[in-house]
Amino acid sequence: MAKTRRIKVNESGQVSVVTFADSKIIDEAEIQELGQELYDLVEREDRKKIVLNFANVEFLSSAALGKLIGFDKRVKQHAAELILSNIRPEIYEVFAITKLTKLFQIKDDEADALAVL
Amino acid sequence: MSEHSWSWNVHTSLPSQSGAHESCVREVLAQLKLLGWADRDLFAVEMALVESLVNAMRHGNRLDAKKKVVVECKASPDRFWMRVQDEGTGFRPDVVPDCTAEENLERCSGRGLALIKAYMTSVEYNDSGNSVTMEKFRTTGPAG
Repeated sequence: MAKTRRIKVNESGQVSVVTFADSKIIDEAEIQELGQELYDLVEREDRKKIVLNFANVEFLSSAALGKLIGFDKRVKQHAAELILSNIRPEIYEVFAITKLTKLFQIKDDEADALAVL
Repeated sequence: MSEHSWSWNVHTSLPSQSGAHESCVREVLAQLKLLGWADRDLFAVEMALVESLVNAMRHGNRLDAKKKVVVECKASPDRFWMRVQDEGTGFRPDVVPDCTAEENLERCSGRGLALIKAYMTSVEYNDSGNSVTMEKFRTTGPAG
């Protein structure tokens, strides 16, 4: 697996569990890098089951949301599955305001996400 | 209506380049914290600041570092006011697609405006659409 700077990937059985290196996902250059590292998971490494664990994330901008949507599209194109977990209430509110709670499958914690993948 | 008594204000201009908004955001949040604002409202102000400043730099001034974004902020223990103006041609907020509509959910842009509107008490654009003025009334008690 390629070295990543914006994410950390752990394997749990067949599932790749991704955590974020940054607690605030705002910086444009870092968001570009984050996007590429996520895209690589499905495009280069052909991972089919992915959990994005948001436990570390305290703030994210609309640019970061845009990148997550781009990732979701690539996940679907590659017939992979994606679940978001461990989203703190203020971040969940950001997803709710933008109605992205309808687009993404979201579980309370990593165990719940792993149970359905 | 009587004039509000502001505890702190800043009037500055920022170059339109990636990351130029960060020091301004940090300063505003630090001042609000000193004024007793709690985390939930600080999150709301941070969201509106980041989105409006990045919009002005990226979409208004096209990240041309020679073009400035003018920022004016005022804060008190119960209110926050901000105006952000860029040198761009402006836009019409009423024609920006609704990012929360079912058919637009997968579009990769348009969410910044929705977030600003959701987190601020009031948001107004000037006629040419290159200046946004917003206000937030504090909703929660002291941090802790």
